[in-house]
Amino acid sequence: MAQIKQTIKPNGKYMGRRIMRKEDPRLLSGKGAYVDDIHLPNTAHVAFLRSEHANARITKLDISRARALAGVIQIVTGADLRGVVENIPPMGVLPDLFVPQHPVLATDRVRYVGEPIAAVLAENPYIAQDALELIHVEYDPLPVVVEMEKAIEPGSPLVHEQSKSNVAGTFKLDSGDIERAFRKADRIVTGRFVNQRVAPMPMEARAVQADYQAGEKMLTVWSATQIPHLLRSSLSRLLKVPENRLRVIAPDVGGAFGGKLNVYREEVLLPLLAMRLGRPVKWIETRRENMRAMIHGRDQINYVELAVTKDGRMLGLKCRTLADIGAYPQMLTAAIPTLTAIMATGCYKIPALSFELTDVFTNKMATDAYRGAGRPEATYLIERIVDMAAAELKMDPAEIRSRNFLKSSEFPFTTPSGLIYDSGNYKTCMDKALDLAGYNKLRQQQERARKQGRLMGIGLSTYVEICAMGPATSDPPGGGWESATVRIEPSGKVTVLSGASPHGQGEETTYAQIAADQLSVPFDDVTVIHGDTASVPPGVGTFGSRNTAVGGTAVYMSAQKIRTKMEAIAANLLEINPKNIVLRDGTLQSKLNPKKSVSVREVARAAYTAKKLPPGMEPGLSETSFFSPKNYTFPFGTHVCVVEVERETGEVKIIKYVAMDDCGKVINPMTVEGQVQGGIAQGLGQALYEEIIYDDNGQLVTGSLMDYAFPKATQLPEYICDRTETPTTSNPLGVKGVGEAGTIGATPALVNAVVDALAPYGIQHLDMPLKPEKVWRTIEEKPEAR
Amino acid sequence: MQVKVKINGKEYQDDVEPRMLLVHFIREKARLTGTHIGCDTGNCGACTVLFNGRTIKSCLMLAVQANGAEIMTIEGLSTNGLHPIQDAFLEKFGFQCGYCTSGMILSAYVLLQSNPQPTDHEIREALEGNLCMCTGYQQIVESISYAATKMKEAGK
Ligand code: FES
Ligand code: FES
Repeated sequence: MAQIKQTIKPNGKYMGRRIMRKEDPRLLSGKGAYVDDIHLPNTAHVAFLRSEHANARITKLDISRARALAGVIQIVTGADLRGVVENIPPMGVLPDLFVPQHPVLATDRVRYVGEPIAAVLAENPYIAQDALELIHVEYDPLPVVVEMEKAIEPGSPLVHEQSKSNVAGTFKLDSGDIERAFRKADRIVTGRFVNQRVAPMPMEARAVQADYQAGEKMLTVWSATQIPHLLRSSLSRLLKVPENRLRVIAPDVGGAFGGKLNVYREEVLLPLLAMRLGRPVKWIETRRENMRAMIHGRDQINYVELAVTKDGRMLGLKCRTLADIGAYPQMLTAAIPTLTAIMATGCYKIPALSFELTDVFTNKMATDAYRGAGRPEATYLIERIVDMAAAELKMDPAEIRSRNFLKSSEFPFTTPSGLIYDSGNYKTCMDKALDLAGYNKLRQQQERARKQGRLMGIGLSTYVEICAMGPATSDPPGGGWESATVRIEPSGKVTVLSGASPHGQGEETTYAQIAADQLSVPFDDVTVIHGDTASVPPGVGTFGSRNTAVGGTAVYMSAQKIRTKMEAIAANLLEINPKNIVLRDGTLQSKLNPKKSVSVREVARAAYTAKKLPPGMEPGLSETSFFSPKNYTFPFGTHVCVVEVERETGEVKIIKYVAMDDCGKVINPMTVEGQVQGGIAQGLGQALYEEIIYDDNGQLVTGSLMDYAFPKATQLPEYICDRTETPTTSNPLGVKGVGEAGTIGATPALVNAVVDALAPYGIQHLDMPLKPEKVWRTIEEKPEAR
Repeated sequence: MQVKVKINGKEYQDDVEPRMLLVHFIREKARLTGTHIGCDTGNCGACTVLFNGRTIKSCLMLAVQANGAEIMTIEGLSTNGLHPIQDAFLEKFGFQCGYCTSGMILSAYVLLQSNPQPTDHEIREALEGNLCMCTGYQQIVESISYAATKMKEAGK
């Protein structure tokens, strides 16, 4: 069984403990309600006709045969939407970003395979599919732009003729004297790293259902989304339906990983169709559709130069990054690579930085937030180049890191990009990881293995990331705050209504832990509700590892307010000074005489019967808070990966994986481990197997789960997880957030390990994914291998 | 075409199109929505059900092919309370979003019938046909292993 260490002591009756909610086994017994499980009578089913070409003019669109098919209710094309809803604008933009029109349905031009052209409404999904076959489209294919390096060459065909080139936008960051740093360096280490395009791949693809109640003028939209409130605001604007007549529900959501942090064309169209038709409409995306038309992640090329002294001190970092953003910027498309820029110096004290980012249009689906969103790319580029520097200087990778780490006494630390790192203990964390992995022994083992001709490698990755999005000053989507209402019901049971929208991260449990501890009620007495804009307070959503740090703090704040009110009520009931009241074991008691006490239940009853309240106090026990953080949080950690590469086949075997993460205070170690491990799996997936490939014609080659190598249970290792705990100062809980850490730490750890294994062949770098064939070929090409 | 299938001990009969997939029959006709759909190529295992006692992917079979068969879905695993495997998934956090969970639990159920004390490796092998995008599998493996121990202790 996996060794799970737990070195940190819990700090509350429930907070800090390894517990799961017992009263909520819905998802285990098949009683969850994902969008597709919600049946409304008389539903019309929607299917989309999607472009088969990556770049083409549509010269003819004939729906007549499809329209005539029995069971087809209606077919909607781009022309039908003219003047109704035409353009979905993105949110994250760069000052010079070229923002093309982003139509809900393409009219005369398509720019990527999978772009929606028409929507069929039919009595059942089978008929809708049949109808798609009967729609006749004629295309006039245009030259296709696939590779970003070629796309920015002069004379390349254009994705958008209205922009002068395929450069969509740029972003520059300069800090410190970079030229001097490079002049003073003993060595300049350079690398070109491809961070390939991958798919977020939630198990449940996208799903939308909409219903319009004309009598009540009420539009209800169920969507598998991470951001019910932001979606509501967007739909309200785009469809001109007032927000208070629009209800968005994110029911159970089958994973998202950033893929559902968006406002999609389909999400805009479905409610419109429901209003037009006066019937509920439903669209359940197929996996093939999902791989074409849900956002992708990563897809950067980083040209990196690191200036170092001969004793391994880092003086300056230069990076030129190309980011393939596809054809139409989605919600945060342009914002994501800027996170790479601002986090590029990682855990190190590098005095000078020059980062030049170019977003490039191609004839592909957009990239956008995929778990980690810009930070995995930052960590990958810095952790790879640091390893290359170590190899060149013949220095141990742990040593070079240790020499350049920010020291714990240097926090808060203003980075070259202007961020203020809250707190950190990088060296301690790395040392603990190395200890747990048995680093010195591993190096000895490696030496023996090499003598025997075996290819063993040890890879480190030390990361820092940016979480708890985010302070309002940084313009995060939705304003960066989160909300919670905490209510003690007349019976004494507690309801938490959260504006965040968790979908598997476990906040039903962590929020209940926070509330139960603050209110001194049994954990099982707390119910957490989220995801329905009609019942929860205005919220922002789930992304950027913000649920516990920002949303959890809102729960904490509301619980504090209730506590104060309960103390006042109790004091009135007991006829003592509120200052002398303590809340302990479910009762409010006099500090001086614990026998003088009332239970939380009695106080709740008093709050609602309203007879014995302090003068002037409003009845009820319900409080709402909005927490707007002043700063981000910066979790960090060290991952150690040990591999053996099979010389004959190129296969990479993971022998050991150690993750030492520091996400500040932990509310629930078990859900934290769940997040870390799931993240590691995705990070290793990218490093070893996964890749979205478009061919020269812009056709998606890896368009189904048959071709896209998502890792299975036998292909992933056991993870040995432990933590250090350095609280943040950015919120009262001290929590930093952990949703993306695993994905960020894992990818470079694995690649560093494989490159380390191949060092005897003089191999300095290998681009992901490290599939056996590629590894084998790389070895074969080296003269040392013969 | 007429199809008669016993699902979780209850008979369901309906007139269906010959091309209707079994998974759609289960979800739409029997309205048992605990069986999920995660792909269109038979790769993900979210639609796993028991077909005459063996696990199958219900998206790879037509409803008419199941005529006369006995099917068990997640809803049929336990009639009162949670089955020890479900309990173990809850206690060991063997699920996050829950979308793969029905399939995982049914695969585990069949594994533990034939191999009540599987090693971690055997558990991973038994999950070959079930993908999970959330957990990285470890907590699933731990849940199943824990369930095996619990079931042995309880003499089930
Ligand atoms: S739905 Fe994916 S295997 Fe059946
Ligand atoms: S728990 Fe989400 S896919 Fe397994």
